[in-house]
Amino acid sequence: MNNAQLYGLVILRVLIGWHILYEGVSKLISPYWSSAAYLLDSKWIFSGLAETIVSNPTLLTISDYVNMWGLTLVGLCLLLGIFSKQAAVGGMLFISLYYLFAPPFLGLEYSRPGEGSYIIVNKNLIEVLALFVLYHFPTSHLVGLDRFIEKLK
Amino acid sequence: MSEKSNNNTDQKRREFLKGLATVPVFGFFLVNLWLKLKKDALKRKNLLTDLVNEKKAPSIISGLSDSKHLNIGVIGYGGRGSHLVRSAGFATKGWTDWAYESARENKLHKAYATFMEQEDLNCSLVGVCDLFDINAELAIDASKNDMRPGGKPKASAIRYRRYTEMLERDDIDAVIVATPDHWHSRITIDAAKAGKHVYCEKGLTRTFQEALDVHDVIKDTGVILQLGHQNRQVEANDKAKQIIDQGLLGPINLVELTTNRNSPWGAWVWSIHKDANRKTLDWDEFQEPSPNKIPFGEEALKRFFRWRCWYDYGTGLSGDLFSHDYDALNQIMGMGIPKYASSSGGIYFYKDGRDVPDVWHATLEYPDRDLTVLYSATLSSNNSRGNRIMGHDATMILGGQSNAGSVGGFRVIADNESTQYKDRIEDGIINTKYPIYRYSPGSKQIDGVTSATTQYFANKGLLYAYRDGKRVDPSHLHVKDWLDSIRSGGQPKCNVDIAFEEAVTCAMATESYLTGRRVEWDPVNRRLI
Repeated sequence: MNNAQLYGLVILRVLIGWHILYEGVSKLISPYWSSAAYLLDSKWIFSGLAETIVSNPTLLTISDYVNMWGLTLVGLCLLLGIFSKQAAVGGMLFISLYYLFAPPFLGLEYSRPGEGSYIIVNKNLIEVLALFVLYHFPTSHLVGLDRFIEKLK
Repeated sequence: MSEKSNNNTDQKRREFLKGLATVPVFGFFLVNLWLKLKKDALKRKNLLTDLVNEKKAPSIISGLSDSKHLNIGVIGYGGRGSHLVRSAGFATKGWTDWAYESARENKLHKAYATFMEQEDLNCSLVGVCDLFDINAELAIDASKNDMRPGGKPKASAIRYRRYTEMLERDDIDAVIVATPDHWHSRITIDAAKAGKHVYCEKGLTRTFQEALDVHDVIKDTGVILQLGHQNRQVEANDKAKQIIDQGLLGPINLVELTTNRNSPWGAWVWSIHKDANRKTLDWDEFQEPSPNKIPFGEEALKRFFRWRCWYDYGTGLSGDLFSHDYDALNQIMGMGIPKYASSSGGIYFYKDGRDVPDVWHATLEYPDRDLTVLYSATLSSNNSRGNRIMGHDATMILGGQSNAGSVGGFRVIADNESTQYKDRIEDGIINTKYPIYRYSPGSKQIDGVTSATTQYFANKGLLYAYRDGKRVDPSHLHVKDWLDSIRSGGQPKCNVDIAFEEAVTCAMATESYLTGRRVEWDPVNRRLI
């Protein structure tokens, strides 16, 4: 891997980490945030599951905590380059779920206002793929805290 | 040797730096997060701060229900009557089965849970009077249904063909009156004279004279009257009042109330029961107090089930829908009876033989308060306009009572020519494009800060509606308020004085439409000029 490739990938990792970290932190600091709104607007194969979660206060609370802390943790790991491979998998899992709970397919209408125009491919899908690339081209053992962990092994 | 050691140190330092290379980015993130939080805090501070850190939603006060068991009777067990009886804790077997099945099929269908989680109001439904046999049977069925909050009912209802017979019963404490409007005053007065407390559906009366009579008898007898404006239990209206009382809208000179409906159901074209006939329905008794009498037949059946379409039995948009919006405004701003009322409209869409208008507007003048209230209604467009309280400094936009089932929230938007907010608008702290305050049921959220998506859902009342998995029906709270008042001797939220203001205001608007002239209220002599 030459330097341009390495730093391109590091920057990509840091940017995605930043994005996911703020998604998590913004939910943590808002006392009113709940995953209910997103779930209520769910379409396609997971809409039934979404309804189950929303209609059960315990499940909804779990869903809220998993999202808030999960995103924060994944974001922080990618940004700092610590346990980045695991973080990339976690990030893919979260964002795949966001994609699958509300996919931009033809014929699915959402009451949530869209931020762009999409058919099938949206930013979530692209971010999942970017994380896939980061998983297979890890950089944190070169630039990131994983470098120290590597040393300890 | 020293060169080698230097190289080694250099390499170690480089390794160390590479390991920590992205840590400054995290620092940069934290700095930006801190700046954003600071900015949000400043914005929040400059919104309606004192109202933001509000107390939790009013909890349902319990405790009075176990003090004294009450026997209630229902007069008129149609749509509203059955809803009110259900609010008191009695639903028909057909309804509970339907609600249970619906919840099984769709987990978000909360009717069953809402009903079963209602507080047991410690009362029995012991009497029913309905002129249509099918409805009377349903009420008896409801009184006996075990599927209810509080378990097996203590008694079951007896049917009476005349409400006067029911009022003779000493063990009945209170009656729910949910007949068409032309019966309201007579039943309410007779019940009060018999010492029974009354929950009467809106509009209180059909005519001005009836409003005077009801008011006086209730005052004389001292029974507890609750008028059926369940919006009185909706916390959004209390919050709106708090904001206006603090002068945050500035001087208010115009209020616009609206109704938009666009379906035959919304225009009171309701289905005629297939089993309704001369044997099952007491038509002569039904039309006994109405000014015009017609013989039993197809037209009579139409009038029985769609009575809201005729002035013989009700007052159309005035008592049916305007009364809701007026009462909500009266709750928020303490309007009282206007000095002048004028109204106009016509039958422009539903040319089905009705004599009440389907497009109708009323103007209420309050010269003492420098205020006009406009009401505008159409039954042939769903373009929901909401209600607007327009102040010099800000406008409050409410969902509107007749559209949203009286639970809609509201938002407050600053006026770009506001005096009160001038500096803050110039400094960019207040953006007149976004609400400076937003209230959504179930949410205690202040806005203007959160994301567009969050705001959108908050506005639709979608957020937090299922948060603690519990919804409460305002009608239940309203019936409970009435029963609690009976037990405590206090006054309910929509008491006789408020009911009188509603009845007179609606009567003035109706009278103006029917006579084509402006109607004036003479508060000294209690008459219309």
